[in-house]
Amino acid sequence: MADANMADKGIKKVCVIGAGTMGAGIAAQIANAGVPVLLLDIVPKDGDNRSAIAEGAVAKMLKTEPAPFMSKRAAKLVETGNIEDDLGKVAECDWVVEAIIERLDIKQNLYAKLEEVRTEGTAVSSNTSTIPLEQLTDGRSDAFKRGFLITHFFNPPRYMRLIELVAGPRTNPETLEMVRTFVDRKLGKTPVDAEDSPGFIANRIGTFWIQQAVNSAFDMGMTVEEVDEIGGKPMGVPKTGIFGLIDLIGIDLMPHLMKSLTSTLPKDDWYQKIARSEPLIEQMIESGYTGRKGKGGFYTMEKGEGGKRTKMAKDLKSGEYRAAARPGLVRGSAAKGDLGTLISIEGKVGEYAWAVLGPTLSYSASIVPEATATVVGVDDAMKLGYNWRYGPFEMIDKIGAAKLVERLEADNMPVPQILKMAGDRTFYRIENGKRQYLGSDGEYHDIVRPEGVLLLEDIKLASEPIMKNGSAALWDIGDGVVALEFTGKMNALDEQVMKLIQKAIPVVKKDYKAFVVYNEGSNFSAGANLGLAMFALNIAAWSEVEKLVKGGQDAYKALKYAPFPVVSAPAGMALGGGCEICLNSDAIQAHAETYIGLVECGVGIIPGWGGCGEFISRWEENPRHPDGPMPAVSKAFETISTATVAKSAANAQELGFLRPDDGITMNRDRLLYDAKQRALAMADGYTAPEKPEYRLPGPSGKAALDLAVESFHKQGKATDHDVTVSGELAYVLTGGDTDITEVVTEADMLKLEREAFMRLVRNPKSQARVEHMLETGKPLRN
Amino acid sequence: MSDVVIAGYARSPFHPAYRGALAKVRPDDLAANTILGLIERTGVKAEDIEDVLMGCAFPEGEQGFNIARLVVLLADLPLSIGGMTMNRFCGSSMSAVHYAAGQIAMGAGEVFIAAGVESMSRVPMTGFNPMPNPELAKRSAAYIGMGDTAENVAKKYELSRESQEAFALTSQKKAGEAIQKGSFKDEIVPYTLPDGTVIDTDGTPRPETTAEGLAGLKLSFDENGTVTAGTASPLTDGSAAVLVCSADYAAKNGLKVMAKVKSVAISGCAPEVMGLGPVESSKKALSRAGLSINDIDIVELNEAFSSQSLACIGDLGIKEERINLDGGAIAIGHPLGATGARIVGKAASLLQREGKKYALATQCIGGGQGIATILETA
Repeated sequence: MADANMADKGIKKVCVIGAGTMGAGIAAQIANAGVPVLLLDIVPKDGDNRSAIAEGAVAKMLKTEPAPFMSKRAAKLVETGNIEDDLGKVAECDWVVEAIIERLDIKQNLYAKLEEVRTEGTAVSSNTSTIPLEQLTDGRSDAFKRGFLITHFFNPPRYMRLIELVAGPRTNPETLEMVRTFVDRKLGKTPVDAEDSPGFIANRIGTFWIQQAVNSAFDMGMTVEEVDEIGGKPMGVPKTGIFGLIDLIGIDLMPHLMKSLTSTLPKDDWYQKIARSEPLIEQMIESGYTGRKGKGGFYTMEKGEGGKRTKMAKDLKSGEYRAAARPGLVRGSAAKGDLGTLISIEGKVGEYAWAVLGPTLSYSASIVPEATATVVGVDDAMKLGYNWRYGPFEMIDKIGAAKLVERLEADNMPVPQILKMAGDRTFYRIENGKRQYLGSDGEYHDIVRPEGVLLLEDIKLASEPIMKNGSAALWDIGDGVVALEFTGKMNALDEQVMKLIQKAIPVVKKDYKAFVVYNEGSNFSAGANLGLAMFALNIAAWSEVEKLVKGGQDAYKALKYAPFPVVSAPAGMALGGGCEICLNSDAIQAHAETYIGLVECGVGIIPGWGGCGEFISRWEENPRHPDGPMPAVSKAFETISTATVAKSAANAQELGFLRPDDGITMNRDRLLYDAKQRALAMADGYTAPEKPEYRLPGPSGKAALDLAVESFHKQGKATDHDVTVSGELAYVLTGGDTDITEVVTEADMLKLEREAFMRLVRNPKSQARVEHMLETGKPLRN
Repeated sequence: MSDVVIAGYARSPFHPAYRGALAKVRPDDLAANTILGLIERTGVKAEDIEDVLMGCAFPEGEQGFNIARLVVLLADLPLSIGGMTMNRFCGSSMSAVHYAAGQIAMGAGEVFIAAGVESMSRVPMTGFNPMPNPELAKRSAAYIGMGDTAENVAKKYELSRESQEAFALTSQKKAGEAIQKGSFKDEIVPYTLPDGTVIDTDGTPRPETTAEGLAGLKLSFDENGTVTAGTASPLTDGSAAVLVCSADYAAKNGLKVMAKVKSVAISGCAPEVMGLGPVESSKKALSRAGLSINDIDIVELNEAFSSQSLACIGDLGIKEERINLDGGAIAIGHPLGATGARIVGKAASLLQREGKKYALATQCIGGGQGIATILETA
């Protein structure tokens, strides 16, 4: 059969039809994966350019924040066209994603045309969120049906990790696997298998949850701030809560979601009973108050005197805006995810929490296995599609299934079968170092990770660290590889981390083969612990500060020259010292969403743990860069002095933080595995790198950089203190007082770096920057 | 002694650096193409050419080695022709004209190509390895940024942002009209890209420019200043060339003479107001020619910036209707090394087109210099 071995064949080119927000965003993510993509839309009614819609969508995405594209290079992989002239090109594509308007007749019409041009074996999928698969493929050939499935992405496709996959009874399993492999490995999404039921998983629960939360807010006379405070962080929901979330997605979307679900769900579905609209909300939509994209929403920012912006909130009773309050209702364990306590609090906090959670959790439990086979699918869907910290069944475990059942019964709410079956048991447990879930069969089953997924979270369940202290831990991740994990707040780096690195080196040398720097925090590391540094500055403990700088340099260089390969695997922010450990590694295996940068100048200092020399080396190695003493120095200066942070791993490669041969992993869950493989590949016959020698321009080069800074200063882009900080940075990067005929060693660079660092930390203006950053989280422009 | 004449002028299309159609074109290839175009159009016998002089402000990277000689070889010109790269920043290729005129006058050759080239996409302004003398940088404005000098001139002459923008708008309008009339067709040598695309028009002019659009631009060099990207010449990729020969040679070989070189001059001024360079150099050239500014019918004044152009126009007392008839560098662009040849060639061709007697081509030069050439109709 022609369909055979498609999973091996893989997807080399994709066509996305429909250049709306979703279609264009999906096309961008495919391009981000380095895969060419053809983006088609209809021919516009007027104008000469028949592909104007698709072209316009790409142009718009280049200006959108947060950016759909990870790099400019990616944008070039999108070819635009229209469905009248270019549909024939579908023959070159291995996968066609349809993301057009949610109208059955129009979709069916398109599929009829696709059937004529698609090659046997090409997958066709719909991004529909509402129309059943059975109806979509009605009238199509068996061959078409074998290649068809639903791939439901979440908005924005680059950033949301969930994708719901729905296969029909005739979908070829190999087609499904081909698409699953691609969306997982290339697009970095976590596929969750869903049944062909209305709203699939996440939107079905999500819509119910929002509706229930809004209904209860009006019924109980709550304010929007109260609702978002109770329904946000305490429940593990993003801080936008309920009303903040509606503002974000668009208030006008609410009636559409409601209409689509009420028309497709069975008449006796619980959602049908709670679906209702509020006159105030209808009025807001009519008058253009559709949320952040409109004139305002439940919240709005009002500009007062002197341009001061005040956050305003909608009064649900009067419909007027008033200054937003901070009710401060939830405290203690209830504020931190203790849901059992939260729903038991006397008064409106507990009552409202229960009014939302009781029905939402019951409803969530009721859709297993109708909407998806396991509780894991439901939890993954809500965690990855709605950014909930805990999935519904993890929430139920926090309350206790039995207690939940008891309270549901007391309130005459439905008690789904799966809750009764659980009884006193939890939906998740740890057994023999493995995480298990409770199946619909009443038995526990291991949660099996896909091949190539390795999580520290799982390793921790089954083992103890090789060594640890208050700020870091070293784990055995198998096959002779260790992983260094930062464990401090924000994964901040301090003396303890450096001590652990030094302690680990002889152990790894003796008993292991390779070393990976990795953690599963939302950010790899925000850099050195500024709080500690500030404390030392306040008491003028200069020798302590210098010890910290020297200690970091020594630890990072010891790691660099250790007799085993070191691979850093950043994800999220890798700033300052977090960036420098990456720069001192043999290789970087970065998650695609890595935001790396040397941001020290923002707090009035310069990179002090070897970042200056390492960053110059990276530019010097770049074969596409011109020779001479200045180009690498200029690049390093430009990037570091402006505290530039890469907006993706691909961008980090453009900026020189990643070498051309460093790796990028699209799927967050595959990062540790990839980093480990990378380290193992270097382990045999590994020799530590040779120490670099620099030919730097000295004072002449500094003069050139100073002139550039002076010009920025005039333009108003650099402050007075920026000039001071840049001057020190320029001094270090140009090799201090060296002459172009001399060699600057790595040790010289570290000394220059340390001395400039110490001069700057003694400067009250730099100290003011550090203090301001600690207090506000924002840089001070002094 | 025979007169020195301009017997041909050609240039490449001018395109904005980085985003323009010539960004991927090597400057030596571009210059070779322009010179071949000039030779073909003038009908000069290649073997008679003594030397190719190539102005270039940052002669390194792809503009490095001795680009003049390399262009001779690239263009498959006779090996007997010499090649010398010349650098006086923006005045480089006008200096090439002057040098050629001097050589001819002293009998050291009869035919020269005075050319210039700059790919500002491929070799950055300041070069790849700027390494100023730290001591000089401290005690003088030797290395001052060009934008800063434009601000200094604007301040010194109290030139408002509006007046600078009005000047820029006029330049764009004139260039736009010249394009409409096809006035650049004769001078542009088309360049064919490797994919077969033929580039035969300028990418730099923005005839759609409006006063409102200019007024909305951000300040480029000084947050309290008046100069924007709209009142500065754009970074440009381009090359230009003129054929300089003795009047006798032109007559003997049937070359069409455009103008004769009447007088030339160089002057120096303070680096921080380098934009005023044309004032003194033009005065010197006028005096050497025994002319007054009122005798000059056509002026090609390089528009490095609106501010310095306005200051020079005021100081020299140039009549507005005589300046840059087809627009200036603000619209057409300013590929540093190529501009001098362009404005000398343009002045010569305007003398013919307008049927006038005298033309002045003059420009300012980074570091504090001015250069001027006076042409007389032949």
